[in-house]
Amino acid sequence: MSKQQPEIEVNNLTLGYGNFTLMKDISFQVNKGDIFIIMGASGGGKSTLLKALTGLLEPFSGQIRIGGTDFTKASPQQRNQIMQRCGILYQSGALFSSMTLAENIALPLQRYTAYSPKLINELVSLKLALVGLTGFEDYYPSEISGGMKKRAGLARALALDPEIVYFDEPSAGLDPISSKLLDDLILDLNQSLGTTIVVVTHELDSIFAIGNNSIFLDADTKGISGRGNPKELLKNTQNPKLREFLTRGGEKNA
Amino acid sequence: MPLTFNLTKQTLELELSGNFSGYDNETEKTALFNAAAKARNILVKTSGLGRWDSTLVVILYELAKRAERQKISYDFSSLPENLHRLVSLALEVDRNPPSPPDRTTPWLEALGGWGLNIYTGFVSGLKFLGRLLSSIGRFLTGKAVMRPVDFLFALEDCGYRAVAIVSLVSFMVGLILAFVGAIQLQTFGAQIYVASLVTIGMTRIMGAIMAGIIMAGRTGASYAAAIGTMQVNEEVDALKTMGIPVTDFLVLPRTLSLLITMPVLTVLADFMGIFGGTFVGTVMLDISLQEYIKYSVDTFELDNFLVGVFHGFLYGMIISLCGCYYGVNSGRNADSVGMAATKAVVSAIVWMIVVTGILTFIFKVLGI
Repeated sequence: MSKQQPEIEVNNLTLGYGNFTLMKDISFQVNKGDIFIIMGASGGGKSTLLKALTGLLEPFSGQIRIGGTDFTKASPQQRNQIMQRCGILYQSGALFSSMTLAENIALPLQRYTAYSPKLINELVSLKLALVGLTGFEDYYPSEISGGMKKRAGLARALALDPEIVYFDEPSAGLDPISSKLLDDLILDLNQSLGTTIVVVTHELDSIFAIGNNSIFLDADTKGISGRGNPKELLKNTQNPKLREFLTRGGEKNA
Repeated sequence: MPLTFNLTKQTLELELSGNFSGYDNETEKTALFNAAAKARNILVKTSGLGRWDSTLVVILYELAKRAERQKISYDFSSLPENLHRLVSLALEVDRNPPSPPDRTTPWLEALGGWGLNIYTGFVSGLKFLGRLLSSIGRFLTGKAVMRPVDFLFALEDCGYRAVAIVSLVSFMVGLILAFVGAIQLQTFGAQIYVASLVTIGMTRIMGAIMAGIIMAGRTGASYAAAIGTMQVNEEVDALKTMGIPVTDFLVLPRTLSLLITMPVLTVLADFMGIFGGTFVGTVMLDISLQEYIKYSVDTFELDNFLVGVFHGFLYGMIISLCGCYYGVNSGRNADSVGMAATKAVVSAIVWMIVVTGILTFIFKVLGI
C-alpha cells in the first residue's frame, strides 16, 4: 500500500438539480489513507457532492472512480459491490428507529456476510465498544442522545470494515467535547485501520484537527478554489474567500 | 489462519499466524477461551500474522474482556501497532448505560397499564376536543390565529380533490345495493322496489358512511401524517413557543374544511349512489327510467336526507379530530408517524360506527 495510491478519483464532474448547475467540471483525487475534507460555505454543494460520491445523485457529466472502478458507469451490481466497501455516517445518524442499535449494526453484516449469528453479535458488540457505546446493544435510537446516535451511526458505517468512510457534517449538533471525541475517533480509525476518510464539514476546529487533504468548494465560481492540507492552506492561500473561510472572516491573522 | 495456543504453567501463549479475514471458527475460539480461563497470564505472538479484519479484533477484544473480568494479566504489546490501538480503543469504556432497559412487565402491571392507557387516552382526547371547540369559538369571534391560505388549501384538498373518488365509490355502492336487492326482490316480482331500497339506503346512511370511510382513509390519515411529521421536525414545538395554539393554527383550518365539505360530499355520495341504482334498474332489470325515477322521488324523504347530511357533518368532525389528535400526539420517529396515521384511520372509523349506533337509537326514540 504505497502512500500516494488514489482511492477516489473525480474527473470533470458536473453536478446539479434539474436546470440548476451547482458545480462545474471539478476534478480531485483522494488518496488511500487520507482524511479528506470537503469544505465550503453553506449551500456550496458539499452535501450534493457527497450524494454523488455515494451514488444517491446522478452527475450531469464526468467520472467518479472508486478503487479503480468507474463508479458512474457501473452496473447496479458493481455499484453495490463498491458501496459495500464504503461506510457512510449521515448527519443525524439515520438509524432505523424500529430496530435496536444491535439490530441496526447487524443488518449489513447479515446482508453481506455468511458469519454465524454468534460472530455477528460479537462484531456488533465490538463496533459499539469502538465508538464508546459498550452495553447499549438493546437500546432503541429514540432512547439515546443525539451524540450517541451519531456514534451508533458510525458503528453501523464501520460494520463491514469499510475501506472508505464518508462523514456528513460529523460535528453538527454536537457539543465541543463530543465533537472532539468524534474527531479523535476518526483519527484513531484512520490510523489503526488505514481507512480512507472523506468528511464534509465547515467546522474549522475539526478541519484543522483531522484533515490532511482538502478541497474548498466555491459556490460563485462553481468550482474548487483551494486544495491541499488545510493547515498549509491557511498559511499560503492567496484566495481571499478561502482565507476568509479559514479565518472565520478574518479573526485570526495568519 | 489457525488459532494456535499452548498453555504451560498457567501461561497461555497465543500464536496468530496467517490471514484472519472473515474468521468464523467457533470451536477454535471456544477452546481458546476455555484455556484462557485456566491461565494466569496471557501472551500473544504475531510473527506470522497476515491480513486481518474485525473478526480477529473480536477474538482479542473478547479475550481481553474475559482476562479483565477474571483478573488475568495479559500482554498485547507485541501486536502490530494499529491492531493494538484498535483493541485498546474498544476496551476504553467512556460511558456505560445507566441501567439496562427493561421491557418486560408482569401481566398484572401490563393489564393495569392497558386500562390506564385507555383512560388517559380518553381524557386527553376530550381535552383535545375542548381545545378545538374553544378554537372554533375564537374563530367565530374572529380571534383565532389561522392563516386563510391554510384553510383554503385544506378546503381544496378535502373538497374538489375528493369528488372523483367519492363519486366513483358511492356509484359502485349504489350499483351493488341495487344488484343485491334485485336478486331478492325479483323472486317476488317486486324489482321496482329496488328504487326505494337504493334511495332510502343511500340518503339515510350509506352515502354518509361511504363518504366518511373514504375521507377517513384519504384525509384523516394525511392529517395525522402531516402533523406527525411536523412534530418530528419540531414545527409543533415552534408553534407552541411562539404562543400560537396548535389547535388554532393546524387543527382549525383542517376541521373547518372537513365540516364544510363532508355534508356536501355526503349529498354527492347520495346522488351518485342513486345514480348507480338507476343504472342497474334500467339496464339490467328493464325498469323504465320514468318509472324508476318516480319510485325514487316518491320514497325520497327530506327527513332521511337531512339525517344523512347530519351524519356526514358529525363524521367530518370525527375524522378531523382523530387525524389531528393522533398527529399532534405522535412520537418523534418514522415508526410513530406511521402508527399515528393507522390509529387515526382506525379510531375514526370506530367512532363513526359508535356515533351512528347512538344516533340511530336517538332518532328511533324521536321517531324520525
